[in-house]
Amino acid sequence: MSWRKHRNQLTGFLVLLPSMILIGIFVYSFIARTIWSSLTDWGRDPSQALALEPVTRFIGLQNYRELFTGVIDGRFRQDLVSTVFFTLFFLAGCLLAGLLLAILIDHKPRGEAFFRAIFLFPFALSFVVTGTIWRWLLQPSGGVNRIPALVGLPPRTFEWLTSRRQVWRFDWSSLPVASAIALGLGLAIVAALAYRSRRRGGAVAAAVAAALGLALAVLLRGYRPLPFPELHGFNLAFVGIVVAAVWQMAGYTMALYLAGLTGIPEELREAAVVEGASGWHLYTRVILPLLAPVTLSAMIVLGHISLKIFDLVFAMAGPDNAYTDVPALLMFITTFRGNQFAKGAAIGVILLLLVALIIVPYLRSQLRREVSR
Amino acid sequence: MYLVLFLAVAFFLMPVYMMLVTALKEPIAIGLDTAWQPPRTWNWASFAEAWVAFQPKLRNSFVLTVTAAAASAILGSLNGYVFAKWPFPGARIAFALILFGMFIPYQAILIPLFQFIKSIGLYGSIWGLVVVHTVYGLPITTLIFRNTYVEIPDALIEASSLEGAGFFAIYRRVVFPLSLPGFVVVIIWQFTQIWNEFLFAVSLSNPESQPITVALAQLSGGEAVRWNLPMAGALLAALPTLLVYVVFGRFFVRGLLAGSVKG
Amino acid sequence: MKARTSFFLAAALATLFAASTARAQEKLEIFSWWAGDEGPALKALIDKYTALHPNIQVINSTVTGGSGVNARAVLKTRMLGGDPPDSFQVHAGQELIGTWVVANRMEDLSSLFASEGWNAKFPPGLIALLSSRGGIWSVPVNIHRSNVMWYVPANLKKWGVTPPKTWDEFLATCKALQAKGVAHPLVVGENWTQNHLWESVALGTLGPDDWSALWAGKLKFTDPKVVKVWDTFGKVLACSNPDAAGLSWQQATDRLLKGDGAFNVMGDWAAGYMVTTLKLKPGEGFGWEASPGTGGVFMMLSDSFGLPKGAKHRDAALLWLKLLGSREGQDIFNPLKGSIAARLDSDLGKYNAYLQSAAKDWKGDKVVGSLVHGAVAPESFGSQFGTVMEIYLSGHNAEAASSAAQAIADQVGLGK
Repeated sequence: MSWRKHRNQLTGFLVLLPSMILIGIFVYSFIARTIWSSLTDWGRDPSQALALEPVTRFIGLQNYRELFTGVIDGRFRQDLVSTVFFTLFFLAGCLLAGLLLAILIDHKPRGEAFFRAIFLFPFALSFVVTGTIWRWLLQPSGGVNRIPALVGLPPRTFEWLTSRRQVWRFDWSSLPVASAIALGLGLAIVAALAYRSRRRGGAVAAAVAAALGLALAVLLRGYRPLPFPELHGFNLAFVGIVVAAVWQMAGYTMALYLAGLTGIPEELREAAVVEGASGWHLYTRVILPLLAPVTLSAMIVLGHISLKIFDLVFAMAGPDNAYTDVPALLMFITTFRGNQFAKGAAIGVILLLLVALIIVPYLRSQLRREVSR
Repeated sequence: MYLVLFLAVAFFLMPVYMMLVTALKEPIAIGLDTAWQPPRTWNWASFAEAWVAFQPKLRNSFVLTVTAAAASAILGSLNGYVFAKWPFPGARIAFALILFGMFIPYQAILIPLFQFIKSIGLYGSIWGLVVVHTVYGLPITTLIFRNTYVEIPDALIEASSLEGAGFFAIYRRVVFPLSLPGFVVVIIWQFTQIWNEFLFAVSLSNPESQPITVALAQLSGGEAVRWNLPMAGALLAALPTLLVYVVFGRFFVRGLLAGSVKG
Repeated sequence: MKARTSFFLAAALATLFAASTARAQEKLEIFSWWAGDEGPALKALIDKYTALHPNIQVINSTVTGGSGVNARAVLKTRMLGGDPPDSFQVHAGQELIGTWVVANRMEDLSSLFASEGWNAKFPPGLIALLSSRGGIWSVPVNIHRSNVMWYVPANLKKWGVTPPKTWDEFLATCKALQAKGVAHPLVVGENWTQNHLWESVALGTLGPDDWSALWAGKLKFTDPKVVKVWDTFGKVLACSNPDAAGLSWQQATDRLLKGDGAFNVMGDWAAGYMVTTLKLKPGEGFGWEASPGTGGVFMMLSDSFGLPKGAKHRDAALLWLKLLGSREGQDIFNPLKGSIAARLDSDLGKYNAYLQSAAKDWKGDKVVGSLVHGAVAPESFGSQFGTVMEIYLSGHNAEAASSAAQAIADQVGLGK
């Protein structure tokens, strides 16, 4: 009854239409307006910035150029670096903690529901509340630093959120060459893999791209985006933010893993045990690979939260702590305190691109996989 | 194993202890040196004061959260049903486009959003916030329901269709009864997100329609923050979400299992 | 006869009812970021307004959080969307002028000042800061002083030192105190308090005329005089506690009172904290002086309200402004807020000992504006001053900080 199926598909489309229109307006039209704003000079001229009908000029990519190579916008570049580090540590922390807790609870200890509730409850709090509490806890002269004092040991002196220390420093000017090399190498590996799996066309394309990337690296050797060396690295002040963020989201990750673990059939585990896998091996060889989809799912959700992180940092460190700054916060201040609407929009667009970089390939691989199912 | 569990519990509960203890102290007794010490006198006044600040906004928060969560859940369920069982040509693209909406940073679209909400006359009303949260909840609810419904065997749908059931009848008879895990996950997620959201709440409401997140921020306001107030307020504000968790908690994991998790 | 009377009675009642509901329609929306301890002062003012105009319903829109950033976000969103509040709180001076007046969003209040006779009631230095392009743009309701140095008299006596009068004296006193065992004589707190300290050092080193020239664009940040400010600032910071970044300004004050430090430079809301929350007596529990080098100069910041163009309830807003600028209004608000009135003729009997001394200085001292609190620099500059401070703090390089400051000044067109 193909006509019936088609009719239902049509109904489905009509049912979907309102949502699509709403998303079209609330997401895509606003994104378009933000992109447009980022290409203007809105905010540079105070007499137009907050006028009732601001008159702005189109200036192309100048805002972006300033963000990446302008002298005054070093804070933005550090924010980008910070956000990469923060995402790495936050993901690692949540996945590890969530997995560990899920495995523990999977062993069905007594009071399982109690433990589960305790680990899950921080997820119910807002980031603002979490930030407020942890800010109080991580004050260098109180809170966590004083815990050893409770048992008679001297208090710790780590500066937590107020730390100015930075590790793993590198010079921003070395980034273009480094990324070109990395890109070239990455594409070379892709080419090799494609060649091995007989995809000639893809292999050739990737090989050419790799060669281009390496050529680009050679060409860029003398290019200096900035007039003087600008060092960026991992701000130790982020340790406190990572701790608070993991505290909040580890429970959710644990719930995901628990669901995943419960979904592994008992027979599979027993079969593995029969074949000699036990304890450590059981987990690393059998269970973890089966949990890969969960890990991926968690990484996507956590990843996009960490790229957009704002409330937590705002509550913990306020708007003026340069060492815990993140792009979303910088965007907020640039727009609403500095009145630089176009530049703030540019930061927003870059954030969007960052998120898209992760999400789009994931979406495409998902949907492609669905079709082949 | 229990040792690890107890250490974990200590780590998770430590901030709650701090919150409680600070909330119960009098402002003059709150200091960095004595942060861990329990209060000498239990000052319940901070809870009373926080409650007084919250009470008028509680109704706003409840109306907003319940309505928006329900609306986004129902719409998400219908959308998920379409994507899972009746994919029309181009549905994959449509799904990707809707899903991408989940990832936008909200600060980036605040100004155009405000202007739009104002132009349709919903600024300052709680219904403006309801519309906003419903729309921005659509991507995640659609995703969760689609993943849930994909697990429903096509044979069931076929059978029902052969019996003469149309789009909505199949939904009513086959799909909706199997939706409980999906609804639980969606309700919990949306309730948490909407109840705790601050940026839209503060930008799109006026004092009459403000949710409690704004009132909570007021408590930590002023140049000299009296920490007992925001701590007490935070505890009070967290109670409803905690209640939702306690009631629906065990269904949450089950719901996550039922397919919303699958990569 | 009875029917007619009752008919007229009913008609009269109906008209009265209609009239009263029609009159009760009038509203007034006030936008501010006051909350917490500052709430009662605003509320007292609103109560007075309601008593004077019972038919006007006052809507108190407060947005707190993020030291005013949230309020700015909401205000700007609304103003861009064409929905201004009837009156909003803004720091008097460039924070208002550089953002809203240049964009032609505010109404000129010169005629209001003239009709209320305020031109004689506020110090000329203040009027100058409120004015631009021939107009006056906001009504200042309070005055806080930025350049105050706090100490505990008993402790200073114990250590045998007196409050220094210049920054050079300060550095000498600092050495003397360190010899006596006070490791960190100056107590400083987190980022913005360091900016706050900087402006006292700058004022004390440059003097009021050069300070004003800096903001008028006549003196460049790269001028050797200004570069020297950073050097002095670095030396002053060397006398301060290394864990400053982790302290809020109240915690810094707590430290001062505990005796861990000798001096603290902070605005005079510190007096409000010490008197109201900590219940200390001005002069006994704590003492104060103008920060070194700034004797005779009053570096002011002021909360004020203006009249946006397109306000929905303009008449009600004008009545609000009239109350704010009146002697009675200011004397209701300020004792509760812990600041002094902007007017020169306030009833000092209502104020505590510190505020009385501040009011005396307000009458006689030279008035200049604060940078950190929005009086002399527009938001586009102030918002980025933190970057300049960071550049200095990470390398103690005065030239780098100065060039960064000048670059930002050029970018925002400071003084134009």
